[in-house]
Amino acid sequence: MSGDILRGAPPHAGSTAYINARIIDPTGDSEYDGAVLISDGKIADFGPNLFASGAPYGIQSVDCHGHYLAPGLVDARVHTGEPGEEHKETLESAAVAAAVGGITSMVLLPDNEPPFDDASLIEFVARRARQIKLTNMYAYGALTVGLEGKELAEMGLMAEAGAVAFTDADHAVGNAQVLRRALYYAKGFDALVVHLPQEPTLSGGHMTSGEMATRLGLSGNPPLAEVMMVERDIRLVEMTGGRLHLTKISTAESVKVIAAAKARGLKITCDTAPPYFALNDLAVGDYRTFGKLVPPLRSEKDREAIVEGLKSGVIDAIVSDHRPQDQDSKRVPFAQAEPGGIGLETLLPVSLELAHNKQLSLARLFQRLSATPAGLLGLPGGKLAKGAPADLVLFDADFAWKIDRVDFWSKTKNSPFDERPVQGRVMATIVGGRTIYRHDSFTPAAAAA
Amino acid sequence: MLGIEGLSPETISGLLDLSESYIDQNRSLDKRRDLLSGRTVINLFFENSTRTRTSFEVAAKRLGADVINMDVTTSSVKKGETLLDTAMTLNAMRPDAIVVRHSESGAVNLLSQKVNCTVINAGDGQHEHPTQALLDALTIRRRRGRLQGLLVAICGDIMHSRVARSNIHLLQIMGARVRVVGPPTLMPTDIDRLGVEVHYNMRTGLKDVDIVMMLRLQTERMQGSFVPSISEYFRFFGLDHEKLKVAKPDALIMHPGPMNRGVEIDSEVADDLDRSVIHEQVEMGVAVRMACLEALIGGRRNAIGAAA
Repeated sequence: MSGDILRGAPPHAGSTAYINARIIDPTGDSEYDGAVLISDGKIADFGPNLFASGAPYGIQSVDCHGHYLAPGLVDARVHTGEPGEEHKETLESAAVAAAVGGITSMVLLPDNEPPFDDASLIEFVARRARQIKLTNMYAYGALTVGLEGKELAEMGLMAEAGAVAFTDADHAVGNAQVLRRALYYAKGFDALVVHLPQEPTLSGGHMTSGEMATRLGLSGNPPLAEVMMVERDIRLVEMTGGRLHLTKISTAESVKVIAAAKARGLKITCDTAPPYFALNDLAVGDYRTFGKLVPPLRSEKDREAIVEGLKSGVIDAIVSDHRPQDQDSKRVPFAQAEPGGIGLETLLPVSLELAHNKQLSLARLFQRLSATPAGLLGLPGGKLAKGAPADLVLFDADFAWKIDRVDFWSKTKNSPFDERPVQGRVMATIVGGRTIYRHDSFTPAAAAA
Repeated sequence: MLGIEGLSPETISGLLDLSESYIDQNRSLDKRRDLLSGRTVINLFFENSTRTRTSFEVAAKRLGADVINMDVTTSSVKKGETLLDTAMTLNAMRPDAIVVRHSESGAVNLLSQKVNCTVINAGDGQHEHPTQALLDALTIRRRRGRLQGLLVAICGDIMHSRVARSNIHLLQIMGARVRVVGPPTLMPTDIDRLGVEVHYNMRTGLKDVDIVMMLRLQTERMQGSFVPSISEYFRFFGLDHEKLKVAKPDALIMHPGPMNRGVEIDSEVADDLDRSVIHEQVEMGVAVRMACLEALIGGRRNAIGAAA
């Protein structure tokens, strides 16, 4: 609990200069010392030479003390309990956690109770976002009615209401005919279909198949359950010409197959989540239910392949896959535990490991975290561009701390990264020019020159 | 005591030695000692088991402990109480040991984190059944004089068997060689990484083995079809005299019970007094459980106490 959530700040008016910053420009694939000028909530200017000799008279300035300033994270995979399970997470508690995590836009999955398979629920999320006034919130519409994988949901009406793309969340569409029609139909609206590739008849197990599952006596979910559906989906894209985004890629074979499909020019993109590049199945040893996820944590070989996929760009984006579960859902025998982990507050620090380990430059990392997901979903943020919304994150990349579930702002504490030492901490989160979160150790020397 | 995996050969030998000391006592007229007088043992069985529960009960009573059997069908578990609430409620009654059986792998580990008394795993899901492996080892050691260097075939439904896993660990820790034999659909993934040899037919699997351990086909744990029919399973994997011919002439036949005659074992073999030690296993079970209780809550702080 080391920081302040700044609620109710009025819309940003006038101009503010963020000076003495280390700028990360994902679109320009560059990183430099410089400044960003914000006017009326939008990025007015930025660059290495901007205000090199100090901010001009009359402009409020914020000294960034050399910290990194980057486009805020765009998290394309967030589940909250609102509506339906508000005791696990509300849109407001998730928005707070997102602000602390440097996430300036988050996209909500439709698998609530009731599911977002109706335009009124998309409007509900938009209304709540206006009330909460922290991180930007968007919603996916369901791909099929009730997320049951049978009948197409009203994609057109939901798109009109603001749904940014369509998905059945963690439910894979097992019926190829249904996904084929969904891709065809979505094409008419140029809508993106987001699909979790896990063959349902093979993925009933509780952890990844292999030695660990055999030792623990838990039923396995083979890595092959993923790649065989990736292969099927690729054929469906080929057939329909639809836009497909595969989510939570977790195996080496999937990366290989997607790379080949991209090389053939197919309109396929994909993402992964921090557990799949930062953890392996050893994390569920001793039946640790915080490590029970969908898809399950895979082998070390798979983890390495996911890192490689992020390096090569085969994997386009990183999502938090935030899924809160309360104690009652996790403090039970492993097979009975609900899957999922929270991720909003750990997305940046765990992803920064890729930069600390020299696997990705910071500019490339922020392509995966901000620019690319925003681009895929047609969201305005995620980039440094004149006229773009001033959605920014200021962070200290070297700030060392230990993830501790007690300190989470999320309502539930089920992080697979609990007790992990990490480096990198958000100092401030700025949405539309307004600072919505500020870390205790960051004092903006707001000296108007 | 949650599992065999990770125990040292010394601990296992120590427990087996201690078990030996109870065999004669159990055969004598005066079976009772007061070693655990004043101690309370709760048998908490979330899954039906007459033989294991009775064995633990007999063991604890022969050592003078007070034994309470928790019948889950009448307990508050049916009223929606969680496993951990049940554990903490019982813990508050200050038992010295809780003996737990549960249908989910890892449930006993979870429970043991929330209580401050000794927890003995009496079988959790498909994970471990440590006292079964110990009693099997005791039976073998008494008949063969050693475990080191023996070739043991564990046959049948390996996938759903906690007995198989505990035996694989124990036998290998003690220097025996282990084969697993069964249809590929009943083999857990990467079972060979546990150090065992994998065979898909009884002819090669039983060749020259010293011990044949049969497992029950656990149809109640199966979701979907793993074998086409019982008769086909018996034809290829049921133990009969014909299949046994390739084993060593004096090979012992074991089964953890309850047996499905005509499914995994032929009655003639099961009842073969020269080779079947199935009833001896049950007898050893009481001795082994007495040894475990003594080592864990007997108050004699000896080397075997490390088993906790």
